Amino acid sequence: MTDTPYSSGPAAAANAPHDGTDAEARPVFAEERRILGISASSWPGIIAPLVIGVVALAAWEFVVRYNSIPQYILPGPLAIGETLWTEWPSLAESLMVTLRITLAALIAAVSVGVALAILFTQSKWLEMSLFPYAVVLQVTPVVAIAPLIIIWVGDINLSLLICAWIVAFFPILSNTILGLNSADHNLINLFQLYRASRWQTLRYLRLPAALPYFLGGLKISGGLALIGAVVAEFVAGSGGSSSGLAYRILESGYQLQIPRMFAALILISLSGIAIFLVTSTIAHFALRHWHESAVKREN
Amino acid sequence: MSVTALAEKRKGSTTSAQPLVAVRNVSKQFANGTLALRDVNLNLAEGEFVSLLGPSGCGKSTLLRIVAGLGEPSTGRIDWPTTAHDTKGQPHPDLGFVFQDPTLMPWASALRNVMLPLTLAGVGKSESEARSAEMLALVGLKGFEKSYPRELSGGMKMRVSIARALVTRPKILLMDEPFAALDEITRHRLNDDLLGLWWKNRFTAVFVTHSVFESVYLSQRIVVMAARPGRVIADLTNNAAYPRDELFRTSSEYAHLCRIASETLKKAIAA
Repeated sequence: MTDTPYSSGPAAAANAPHDGTDAEARPVFAEERRILGISASSWPGIIAPLVIGVVALAAWEFVVRYNSIPQYILPGPLAIGETLWTEWPSLAESLMVTLRITLAALIAAVSVGVALAILFTQSKWLEMSLFPYAVVLQVTPVVAIAPLIIIWVGDINLSLLICAWIVAFFPILSNTILGLNSADHNLINLFQLYRASRWQTLRYLRLPAALPYFLGGLKISGGLALIGAVVAEFVAGSGGSSSGLAYRILESGYQLQIPRMFAALILISLSGIAIFLVTSTIAHFALRHWHESAVKREN
Repeated sequence: MSVTALAEKRKGSTTSAQPLVAVRNVSKQFANGTLALRDVNLNLAEGEFVSLLGPSGCGKSTLLRIVAGLGEPSTGRIDWPTTAHDTKGQPHPDLGFVFQDPTLMPWASALRNVMLPLTLAGVGKSESEARSAEMLALVGLKGFEKSYPRELSGGMKMRVSIARALVTRPKILLMDEPFAALDEITRHRLNDDLLGLWWKNRFTAVFVTHSVFESVYLSQRIVVMAARPGRVIADLTNNAAYPRDELFRTSSEYAHLCRIASETLKKAIAA
């Protein structure tokens, strides 16, 4: 240390945090060994459920065979797998129909949800007068209004889309509103100090602050969009011209094609899992630099 | 250096030049009826280092926020006699503010955080990047431009916060107990580095603290405030020479000055 700390001024300060008093107090982040691109500590979380799954499937197959349970009551996993294989072309078509509606509903939910959230946080009056109706939309069971929507809209695909959207959009709306309002109060003061415009405050402060909340809403809405699409399709039933996975389940039920029913069910579950994984990955990559939820710490 | 360096300022002994900021008869009453400030008068001269010292609840932070334009006084006004800018109800463009917490945007790198005031003022990207990198180097954070706040220690975050406040080259830097949450070793370092920055750039510094030692170490002038209602009860001048360093911190002069300031503060608490 120099005798006169600031005759040399900034030059002396330049080395300041490297001498063990300050920089060493920084938090330590885990740098982990990776196997096949996945960190070593994540592997048990992948292997353990896989083992349980295989054991459960084996037990299922055994029970079905040992008790000679007929296929129209409970097919074994092998029979379901075989159906999945042989009927893949028609099942894949249905899968695409369901996925398309789900995805379109999710995109609509995100755009309308985020747009409304921004609008609401810009105007308290707008929020006060419109938010209750968003809640009404959310608490009304989609099964109860789906028939009405199908009658009113006419086009079956559009009705399914609207139903799925109704189910999916509320978590995005309420989470984004929460996020937009949760910006650090001192940071808001700072933006006032620098006389930031409303738009600048939104762009540089409120939107980034809302991102973790929005992504949390997205994870929920992804699953809900699929549920909404499937439920609406059930309500539309055989009357509709569409042939999504839910319709295949209904149809298989009428025809006692239970293995195909299971196959369609599995495809719905897998779609849900895939949506969850995709939204979780998006959230992780968007937040990995800064948000507690995406940060791994040692100790 | 005289032992009587810390002397009560005589009335009317202010320098002949216009003050940079004049706090005139400012009172502040909160909605719940609390009188946070009563009839505060204070002139802040260009280039001086002033500490606002007082017990918690004496309104020193409130006063600082009013000077910053973050709150309106109930009565009285803040004047900027030397600047033409009309600041009525708006923060003055020529000030920097450091909060008690670093108050960084967690989603932005250190550089982006420092760039914020320039970005908001519409300064071009390459220019604001260059100026911010330079400022980060000045506070001793060269090489940490790309680090995110969570990767920095408490002291380093505070350095980023100071760099952000100084990047616009403000005439006045307002600090609201900026180092209160730091450990003593880090606090001493930051005090030294803050003095270094002030010595070089000669902005007006207003430093709110409840630490007698910190106020004596840093400032030329210590405004002592009392609580309930918040008011100024003493205005002490500290003529100890700069640059101040470890030697000053361990000198008998420093101890003596601290005793005087401490006794004044005791009176303020009893008042």
